[in-house]
Amino acid sequence: MSAETMFDKIWDAHVAAQVSEDIALLHVDRHLVHELTTVEAIRVLERRDLPVRDPGLTFATLDHVISTQPGRSPDGEPWASDMIDGLREQTDRLGIDRFDTHDGRQGIVHVIGPEQGLSLPGTTIVCGDSHTCTHGAFGALAWGIGSSEQVHVLATQTIRQRRPPTLRITLNGTPGPNACAKDVILHVIGKLGVSAASGYAVEFAGDCVRSFDMESRMTLCNLAIELGARVGMVAPDETTYAYLRGRPYAPKGEDFDLAVSQWSLLPSAPNAQFDRELAVDVSGIGPVVTWGTSPEHAISCDGVVPDPAGEPDLSIRQGMVAAQAYMRLTPGQALAGTPIDRVFIGSCANGRLSDLRAAAAVIQGRRVADHVRAWVVPGSMPVKRQAEQEGLDRIFIAAGFDWREPGCSMCVGANGDMVAPGERCVSTSNRNFVGRQGPGALTHLASPATAAASAIAGHIRHAAAVQEVA
Amino acid sequence: MKPFTSCTSPVAVIDRDNVDTDMIVRIERMTTLKRGQFGPWAFEMLRYRADGSENGDFVLNREPFRHARILLARANFGCGSSREMAVWALDDFGIRCVIAESFGDIFYNNCLQNGVLPIRLPADRIAELAVPANTGQAMTVDLEQCTITVPGLLTLSFEFAEHPRQALLQGLDDIDQSLLLRDDIEAFRQRDRARRPWVYATATR
Repeated sequence: MSAETMFDKIWDAHVAAQVSEDIALLHVDRHLVHELTTVEAIRVLERRDLPVRDPGLTFATLDHVISTQPGRSPDGEPWASDMIDGLREQTDRLGIDRFDTHDGRQGIVHVIGPEQGLSLPGTTIVCGDSHTCTHGAFGALAWGIGSSEQVHVLATQTIRQRRPPTLRITLNGTPGPNACAKDVILHVIGKLGVSAASGYAVEFAGDCVRSFDMESRMTLCNLAIELGARVGMVAPDETTYAYLRGRPYAPKGEDFDLAVSQWSLLPSAPNAQFDRELAVDVSGIGPVVTWGTSPEHAISCDGVVPDPAGEPDLSIRQGMVAAQAYMRLTPGQALAGTPIDRVFIGSCANGRLSDLRAAAAVIQGRRVADHVRAWVVPGSMPVKRQAEQEGLDRIFIAAGFDWREPGCSMCVGANGDMVAPGERCVSTSNRNFVGRQGPGALTHLASPATAAASAIAGHIRHAAAVQEVA
Repeated sequence: MKPFTSCTSPVAVIDRDNVDTDMIVRIERMTTLKRGQFGPWAFEMLRYRADGSENGDFVLNREPFRHARILLARANFGCGSSREMAVWALDDFGIRCVIAESFGDIFYNNCLQNGVLPIRLPADRIAELAVPANTGQAMTVDLEQCTITVPGLLTLSFEFAEHPRQALLQGLDDIDQSLLLRDDIEAFRQRDRARRPWVYATATR
């Protein structure tokens, strides 16, 4: 028992029944739902005449298809209103708590879970969205599920899972002063590749991770799925407890003390055995940007587009050639200085208050380049309110940014917020897949500071470079 | 769920790594279409040109692969978004089986929920199958025997976990099976509520 990993402890504490040797029926502590996939899941459930097993452990918000237009109204979008009206009607009727525009709590599901104190150490959290791994930042088992699995969770408050092997990824060294969590995780994905953690339960470890604040840990875990991981976790500590204390849905009083006493037992034992270990040196790294159509196409912002001829693996080489053709880049070309058309600051990767502060610090007193359309989409209504109290909105607006309403927006374009064909966008989101931000859209993933600096420069540029010019 | 026992068909080779679920079905289709309507939109960014015409170079636009019910792919097929509509799109197109070196985890689970058989094979075996596949030769995937047969050429076996194999063979539905475990679930919750009251105390906050 003493050599258990954090993953083992949480898994074992949630087994309601063993279905077969390697498949367990796990209790689900938090089922987070949103309008894009849930309305249909609830309809399927009701067609089967099944009740929602535990509405009290189910929490809803609107994020994927809701408009982010300032002064928004969902009425203008016929496809959206079926999903939005549908989720409102269903959750009201079923007694499921909903974080909505009317109560000022609406936001991206992976922003509001932590913000409301729903994402807690030692819990199981599922959601019909692959970036559910974000909540692993709290030392939770959190992963994305499909629509059929959602119906299963609604009906039973459990989920069937094959026990995954464990993988510890240790980050060695201290990143440079201009690197944030986004740069660190893009660097890690660039080094290890997008299938390095396929099917594994990942725990991130190392001094760098320990020194991250909660929002940085969320960014780190958010992109665990881009390594192929089922879950990505960080062990809870005082940073975690301090963040959670006093949040609306976090335990209160004696409950909180009991919870902390249990949470403090969660970290992996020093001699815990993982099925696999990987290490990445992050010493002194600076801003990282992607050049291609996979998150693993990540290089230093000061770097050049790599030459596929130097890649020994045929399939990787073919992927690089195709990506460079799509991205209209040539080997050896410096990434910095590449002209851009759009900037998107937001998403479940980088739509939190610290992200907006980092971007605003770069922008303060400067102007967005004339040919660039730049957006800030706060991750939630509370994030937006707090940012406005700090005056960040005025900094963005004065610089020429659009200050929009919360939602997933241009990360995925489900609400029509898209990058036009052939337009190049520096984005703080997590996927640069072909067509992800719109058919023919060219996406460069980056940190909020780099996105802000690029908006001002009118081309890809990191924040230190912009500040030197000024 | 529709059972999967065996399937004989030409095999379409999707010759690239990291085929993500955005590529299999675009998010706009999810907001407008229902299950059963996704077939024409499977792989739309590869199947159609910007003007909406068919891209004749793409395998699923060529004979006999228009009628393929088996896909042969490479590493990390179905990575990315959790959208189950990616499996529905394949299913609506007529695909019953995907053979790949590895799969995105969520996509793999979604296949099992929809009677689509995801088979993992090493890269060299995939390369071996790609040769007859590209000539349009039909193959048979048999889940009873766990074999893939190219008539007159080769038969190879694949591994598949027994529990999901039985579920696929019989078309068993996870929800029905789990509801039979209701007593176990309730007993767990009773024990757990005593141990971790803070998990369940959400309604009072």
